[in-house]
Amino acid sequence: MLRYTLKRLISLGVSLAVASLVIFLVVEVAPGDPAAFMLGINAEPEAVAALRAELGLDVPKWQRYLDWVGGMATGDFGTSYTYRTTVAEMIAERLQVSLPLALCALALSTALAFPAGIYAAARRGRAGDLAVMGATQLGIAVPNFWFAMMLVLLFSITLGWFGAGGFPGWEAGLWPGLKALTLPAVALALPQAAILARVMRSSLIEIMGEDFMRTARAKGLTRRQALWRHGVRNALIPVLTIIGLQFAFLLAGAIIIEQVFYLPGLGRLIFQSISARDLIVVESVVMLLVFAVIVVNFLVDLAYAAVDPRLRRRT
Amino acid sequence: MTKPLRMIAASALALAAGLAPAWAQRSDVTVAMQLEPPHLDPTGGAAGAIDSVLYANVFEGLTRFTESGEVVPALAESWEISEDGLTYTFTLREGVTFHDGTAMTAADVKFSLDRARAEDSTNAQKQLFAAIDTVEAVDPRTVRVTLAQPDGMFLFNMAWGDAVIVAPESIGEIKSRPVGTGPFRFEDWVQGDRVELTRYADYWGEAPALEAATFKFISDPTAAFSAMMAGDIDAFSAFPAPENLPQFEADPRFQVLVGSTEGETILSTNNAQPPLDEPLVRKAIAHAIDRQAVIEGAMFGYGTPIGTHFAPHHPAYVDLTDMSAHDPDLARELLADAGYPDGFTTTLKLPPPSYARRGGEIIAAQLRAVGIETEITNLEWAQWLEEVFTSKNYGLSIVSHTEPMDIGIYARPDYYFQYDNPEFQALMEELNATTDAAARTEMLQDAQRMIAEDYVNGYLFQLAMTTVAKADLRGLWANAPTQAVDLTGVSWAE
Repeated sequence: MLRYTLKRLISLGVSLAVASLVIFLVVEVAPGDPAAFMLGINAEPEAVAALRAELGLDVPKWQRYLDWVGGMATGDFGTSYTYRTTVAEMIAERLQVSLPLALCALALSTALAFPAGIYAAARRGRAGDLAVMGATQLGIAVPNFWFAMMLVLLFSITLGWFGAGGFPGWEAGLWPGLKALTLPAVALALPQAAILARVMRSSLIEIMGEDFMRTARAKGLTRRQALWRHGVRNALIPVLTIIGLQFAFLLAGAIIIEQVFYLPGLGRLIFQSISARDLIVVESVVMLLVFAVIVVNFLVDLAYAAVDPRLRRRT
Repeated sequence: MTKPLRMIAASALALAAGLAPAWAQRSDVTVAMQLEPPHLDPTGGAAGAIDSVLYANVFEGLTRFTESGEVVPALAESWEISEDGLTYTFTLREGVTFHDGTAMTAADVKFSLDRARAEDSTNAQKQLFAAIDTVEAVDPRTVRVTLAQPDGMFLFNMAWGDAVIVAPESIGEIKSRPVGTGPFRFEDWVQGDRVELTRYADYWGEAPALEAATFKFISDPTAAFSAMMAGDIDAFSAFPAPENLPQFEADPRFQVLVGSTEGETILSTNNAQPPLDEPLVRKAIAHAIDRQAVIEGAMFGYGTPIGTHFAPHHPAYVDLTDMSAHDPDLARELLADAGYPDGFTTTLKLPPPSYARRGGEIIAAQLRAVGIETEITNLEWAQWLEEVFTSKNYGLSIVSHTEPMDIGIYARPDYYFQYDNPEFQALMEELNATTDAAARTEMLQDAQRMIAEDYVNGYLFQLAMTTVAKADLRGLWANAPTQAVDLTGVSWAE
């Protein structure tokens, strides 16, 4: 297990280094000058030049890259060009929205997907299975932003149970905060749940055809007992992979949902920073997300090994 | 009625009675707008959102704009102008304090003006201060500004959000904790979500009716619609989806305010790029455009046609729309005269606002009808600034120029229109040196005619200001003489 963990750690380090270079190059290559953007179309060139100097944009690019990577290694993500606050502070603030939102959505999607997937697999080919499959097909096909708008239309505008969006902040209390995240979490969770339920179902069905399942039945377990004791655990590997990927997606990929509900999350921060050419924020936030994805994958790899002892021995 | 039931009914009544006056006395407001300010220093950035939140609410200048665009005294209660128009002596109001409690004196005015015009200033409108030679604090309530040359626009310039008076000790943190002299003080900024203001108890002027105000930032037009409909917000300044306005107008819960802005929306033309450097070609383009169709199609009817780069609500405006009336036959003739009987191809680079993207498609179709093909490219703002504005690598573009009284940009030959007319430049110089109102009006009218006759750009329409608000909210500005959401006169109807 130790060697396995070490190998995974090295590949994690290499991935991060490569990612930082790629991110920096891509962001810097895009046309657009943050200083010119901030001063607008009436500004005189000298004012723009003064601002460029103030922001430290007049030093060579390679030096900026080294400063950035060096800073991140010591936990300093730099200072936003436009907001003039530290990027670390901005990320911390946005994570207060994005992280609970991603976790809520993930919990919700898992809570929906597991029973649905197991139920469908156990009733393969029967009415219950068909119903679940139909519903998940719909869940995947419906774009989440449209679904989000429908939720707003029903629960905010017609029924008035929830606000149409925005986030009061946790200092307003746990309940108002959770209430503001409810509709976005539902909108994010349903398509994810649909995907997860299908993966769960097909993985289980595959497992049920395995020899050890027949053995389990042969030694006297009922179908149900065999499914719960041997089937579900073995079916978890592909499901864990999907959950890992989904978490990363939910953390960063909620841009559209954050836009629909005007939540001050990470996705919107990236979106705003890109349009304002707030390069340092884009770079640092994307880097952080890459870090999150890589770490989640690392943890998923470890989780495989925990679920499936064979993986530990093989490496 | 049983006893418990009676009790419930009684308490419900008491509750309702207790709540009713609370509704009537509502003294807070939540105003939404599309863009969030990048920071909160109006003297260090061009983003209109900064002024929208802070102008007249938190910060004030020597003079200020009223809703109709008039310049009136603000922190300066009066001024004297010397015979030669070079010396302005301002008398400051008594009892003005910054929100940190310190007194606002002549030294603060000197500091603010000197900071804006300094060598390393990052003021986005530095040219407003170009005429200033020296600023002296004569005594705590008197400031003497000496100009290097007469500037007929000086008092107007001092009304801009970029010329507000700031507290020297607050500069270090001004971008996140602004300290001004206005009727509202800055309370909190939850980045990405809202800015909160509260009433400043020691304000020198009349106290506003509102005790607290929240600015919310909702960039998505659909979300803006939902937030308004769900009652989350009380007003939306510059509502981003004109297609939804009729629905608000028909709904008794809401009111729609339609006013004018300082935004001349134009088909920007690269006057140095062939064949657009040929005045006949530009004239042909002007006649190929059907403004009304653009206003209907892109803005759902909101907007006033313009025939030159000047705001129609301004007293000096001349209606020159006839000079570029829609006439495709004439346009084709002019193209043939210019040596392009079969038309030509040029680029049309469009920034993100819907007036540009929607308007661009319509104008492309109108140009195609006379033989001019356009290659449309959609750009983000940052890209647009780089490619079109800075590198001048474009043929045509559509942009709303939202700065007030900005006809002077036509005197800058390196501006992205690349319009270089010495006669116009001389006229602007003369205008800047003139303080007599009648003479100025005449010169402004000459300037409008000159650029219209040269067909520098295609002049489309004055951007409308459309604000949606709850029906019982009073005192919001309908017009936007500068980008501001002035809350000083806002209140709830009884």
